[in-house]
Parts: sequence; structure tokens; C-alpha cells
Amino acid sequence: MSKHSLQRLTASPAVGVASRTLAAVFGGYALAACATTALALWLPAAPATAVITANLLSFLIYTVAVLWAFATRSAARAWVGILMPALVLAALAWLGGPEALL
Amino acid sequence: MKAGLRQSMAWLHTWSGLLLGWLLLAMFVTGTSAYFREEISLWMAPELHHSQPSPDTPALAWAALNAKAPDAKSWDIQLPEARSPVAQLRWQPDTPQAEEGGRRRGEQAVMDAGTGELLSPRASRGGDFLYRFHFELYGVPRIWARWLICVATMFMLVAIVSGVITHKKIFKDFFTFRPGKGQRSWLDSHNATAVLALPFHFMITYSGLLIFMVMLMPWGMNAAYEDGWRGFFQDVFPREEPAAEGGAAMPMVDIAPLVARARETFDQPVRRISVDWPNRDNAVIRVSTAKDPHITDQRRGGNPTLVFNGGTGELLETRPGDEAVPGAFRVYNLLVNLHLARFADPTVRWLFFLFGVGGTAMVATGMLLWVSKRTQQLRGKAPGAALRLVNGLNIASLTGLLGALAAYFAANRLLPVELAARESWEIRVFFLTWLLALGHALLRPGRRGWIEQLAAITVLWAALPLLNVATTDSHLFSATAWRTGALAGFDVVCLLMAATGGYALWRVVRKQPVRGRGPLPQRRTVEDGA
Repeated sequence: MSKHSLQRLTASPAVGVASRTLAAVFGGYALAACATTALALWLPAAPATAVITANLLSFLIYTVAVLWAFATRSAARAWVGILMPALVLAALAWLGGPEALL
Repeated sequence: MKAGLRQSMAWLHTWSGLLLGWLLLAMFVTGTSAYFREEISLWMAPELHHSQPSPDTPALAWAALNAKAPDAKSWDIQLPEARSPVAQLRWQPDTPQAEEGGRRRGEQAVMDAGTGELLSPRASRGGDFLYRFHFELYGVPRIWARWLICVATMFMLVAIVSGVITHKKIFKDFFTFRPGKGQRSWLDSHNATAVLALPFHFMITYSGLLIFMVMLMPWGMNAAYEDGWRGFFQDVFPREEPAAEGGAAMPMVDIAPLVARARETFDQPVRRISVDWPNRDNAVIRVSTAKDPHITDQRRGGNPTLVFNGGTGELLETRPGDEAVPGAFRVYNLLVNLHLARFADPTVRWLFFLFGVGGTAMVATGMLLWVSKRTQQLRGKAPGAALRLVNGLNIASLTGLLGALAAYFAANRLLPVELAARESWEIRVFFLTWLLALGHALLRPGRRGWIEQLAAITVLWAALPLLNVATTDSHLFSATAWRTGALAGFDVVCLLMAATGGYALWRVVRKQPVRGRGPLPQRRTVEDGA
């Protein structure tokens, strides 16, 4: 596929909508899952309280991610805006909370 | 960028709403009925209607269980209360088979609270079928159905938030109603029903997701606890395990003095009695009362309880049931309790029911708006296949479902009591009626379809109270129905449903079909995005 036709393809609205939808549904879920895990591990509270707080916020985070995916200027921005924070949160979750570091 | 944001949100609102709107409609209708799940179940069991609570009910239940299952592993007695005039007896036989497959399946019986006679109501799933349908459908593997329902709920959450962003003049528009103007009127009623109960819609959607958080979002608890959600729940709801073995046989004390003592201690009526190892020397009796519910209370347990030694009647422990709940759990409990209306007195229950009706109307008007807008854009040309399909599905999911509901209730009265697998036949009648309505709606996806189905549901709902007169002695003209408010209330709601159907029918019949109208009056820029 030549560079020219690739550009045309990515500029097509249908591809843009499909890409944003994927970013919203799967990227958004990944972001929410990473955020929930990181919060459950890092919130300075008893484990049960940290878990429930993280879960209370998780669906809000998911919703905001979906809205972002469709509100932002381009599909590329939608992906970056969702995956960047997801990666940071995944790294925090991988570190495993304050106790794991001490 | 502001107009751009609203435009993209309007697009998102339209399509996230349409794609799962039909499922949401079915969830709203059956879920709204679930606020009166116990009342529906009672209505669907006429054999229980004559039971009347008495001060002797605990002693009668005690005698019934002593006769029926004296050497069971455990007993559980639910005493009658405002929503249910019978006593529910459950017991767990002390046999290895009872534990088979890790699932504890006890036995149960329903007792007439006044006479102590064990009743045998007709086989029916009652309100439980509708309640279960609203979060796990029927006949679909449970896990798939729950995921599908949760995806629809997530779409609803997105539709709510994007709808609010789309809607610039949210409060001004709330007071705007332009009746008899086709698309504009549907838009106004969609806005009104959405904004009126917006906190309810948001709460019911968000808490719906929270109820399934273990399935949807287990990653936090999996990371924080070694054995995942099991560890989390053991931490939150520590469970006391009963003694593993029953002791030597030993008769128990009378229950009446223990019930009186619990009522005096907590100044509340006794609701529940449970016994571990009845009629053994290690029997433990727990007598729980009602309490003034806090909206942030834990979902399970927590009622004021006295614990007694079963053989001697000695008080072992007093549990006042006022454990402090940490802040985050209060928020969680608040949302979940609101969803389940656990704390609700009758007035609040009716209010929630009306909110549920409002939610149904919001989803329905949104879907009608979608069709109305595209029909007007045709300027009188014949609608295409997609529009006909959407219109047909709208008819089937609104009037079709309401008709199926009425047929479900009618089947309860008409199917022979001794029919094998009777409860499944009631459910089959429900789905066959709905399927019939779907076929009809797809064949006549327009004005005629609406008229015929509205006429059908008006007749069906109006017939229910009459059917009740013909087949039971707890109908609207009987003292029994008015003594137990749920029974009279059910029939009155049926009449209201018929009246609503009749009114809608009259409106559709009176209105002339749309033929090639001129352009819409430009009263304001189109920002509804439908």
C-alpha cells in the first residue's frame, strides 16, 4: 500500500470512527483496569477501602475515556490520550504499591 | 471547539443510544417491575392471599419445623411483614447430598401465618422471573447475558453523559414542551423525562455497574488480595461458620419468650429466626429484628440480633447492628441500596417505580425521536428498509413487551394449577406473545402497527382485573385484596396501564399520517443531534 493511499484511508471518516470506537471500548477498558489496579495498590487506606474506592472510580474513568475518544480532534489523539496514562498506571501497578517498594 | 464538542457528543449520544436501546428498554421495563417483585410474586400465588399475620406466627413456625424437619442442619424462618403476609420456612437437611457440587440447596415451605397450615401455591416464578430478566435475561448462559447487560449499561452511561453535554440549555429546555409537533414533541418529552429523573438515571446506571464490579473490574481486588475477590469479601463480610457437627439430641426451648425478648431489647418487630443444629445440645438460635434502615448500610446482615443457646434459652450475645462503615463503603452501599431500593418505605418505593417508568419513557421517546426525525427527512417518500426495521423493533420492544407482560400475568390465572412444569409455561407464554408482537411489528412497521398493538395491550391490561374476578376471591371487589394493599395495588396498576394504552391509542388514531410536510419551522438551530 502506497503512502498516499494509506493517508487517504486514515482520513476516511469511517476508519476514523472505527478507530475511535476501538480506542473507546478496548483502550478505555484497559485504562480503567490499570487505574483500578494502581489505585487499589497505592491509595493510602486499608486494602478493602482502597479496593472499593478504586472500583467506585473505575466506571467514571471508563466513561471519561469513551467521551475523550470521540471528543478529541483525531483518532490518533484519542489513542495517545488513552494509552499514555494507561501505560503510566500499568507501571505503577507493576511496582505493586508502597509496601512492595520498602 | 465548543460547537464541535457538542456535535461529536450528539453523534455519540444518538448511536450509543440506538444500538442498545431496545435491550435497555426491556431492562427498564422489567427492572421497574422489580421494585414490586415481592408484590408481583404474591399476586401470582392466590393460594397465599388469605394468610394473616398473628402474634402466634413464630410459635406456629416453630411447631411446623419441629414436625417437618426436627433434625435438620439449620432452620431459617422469615416472619410476615408489610410486603408479604406469609411465613417462609427454609431448612437444610443434615445429609451429605445436600452439599453436593459445593452448592447448598435447602428445602422450603410457605406457611399460613394465622393458622400454621403449610400452603402449596401454584408453581410460578412470579416477580423473580422479571427481576432476573432485567440483569441476566432468560435461557442464555448467565455469564454471557450479564456481560451483555453490562455492556448495554455502559452504553447507557455514555449516552447519559454525552446527552447532558449535548444539551446546552438543559434547564430552559426542561420547561419547553411543544405538543402535537411530531419530532419536536418527541424531543421535548425525551428531554423532560431525561432531565426530570437525571439523578435517578445516573444512579441506576452507575450502581448497576457497581453491583457487577467483581465480574466487570476485578483487577483491583485481584492485585490487592492474594485470593482475589474471595479474599476481598472475606475481609468485608467476615462469615461465621456454624459448628461442623451437630451434638447429641436435646429438645429446644419455646421460641415465643425469645421473640418477645428481642422485640423488647430493640423495640422493633422480629423479622427472622435462624437456628444452627436445631434440637441438638449445641443448638444456636438467632432472633433478628427490623431496624430503622440507614441508606448507607451494608447489603447483607447487620440487623439487630440476639443470639441464644437453643437448649437452655440462655442469652449468648447481643448484636446491636450498628457497626461503623468506612467512608468509601458508605458511598458504595448508598449507590447499591438506592438501586435495590432496600431502605424504601411504600411511598419511596412508588416514587422509584415512577422514576423507572420515567426512564422507560426516556429510552422510548429517544428511539421514537430517531425514527420521527428520519421520517420527516423523507418528506413523504417511502421509508427505506433500515428505517422500517428500527420502527418495527421499536413497536415490538415497547408495546410488544408490555403486551407480553400482561400475557404472563394472564397465564398465571388461566393455566391449570396442576399443569406439569407450569412455571415454564408461564414464561413460554410471555416469550411467545413477545415473538408474535415482533413478527406483527416487522410486517407492519408504521402507524397501523402501533394502532393494532396499542389496542391489543389496552384490552389485555384491562382484562387482567376482570380475569381476577373470574378466577380468584382476592379481586378488586373483595376485602382480601384491600387488606393486603399489594393485591389491590396490582389490579389498579393494570387499569392504569390499560388507560395509558387507550390514551396513546386515541392520540395515534386521531393524528393524521405524515404526508410530505414543508421544511421544519426554524425555531432554533438543530442541536438535538438525533
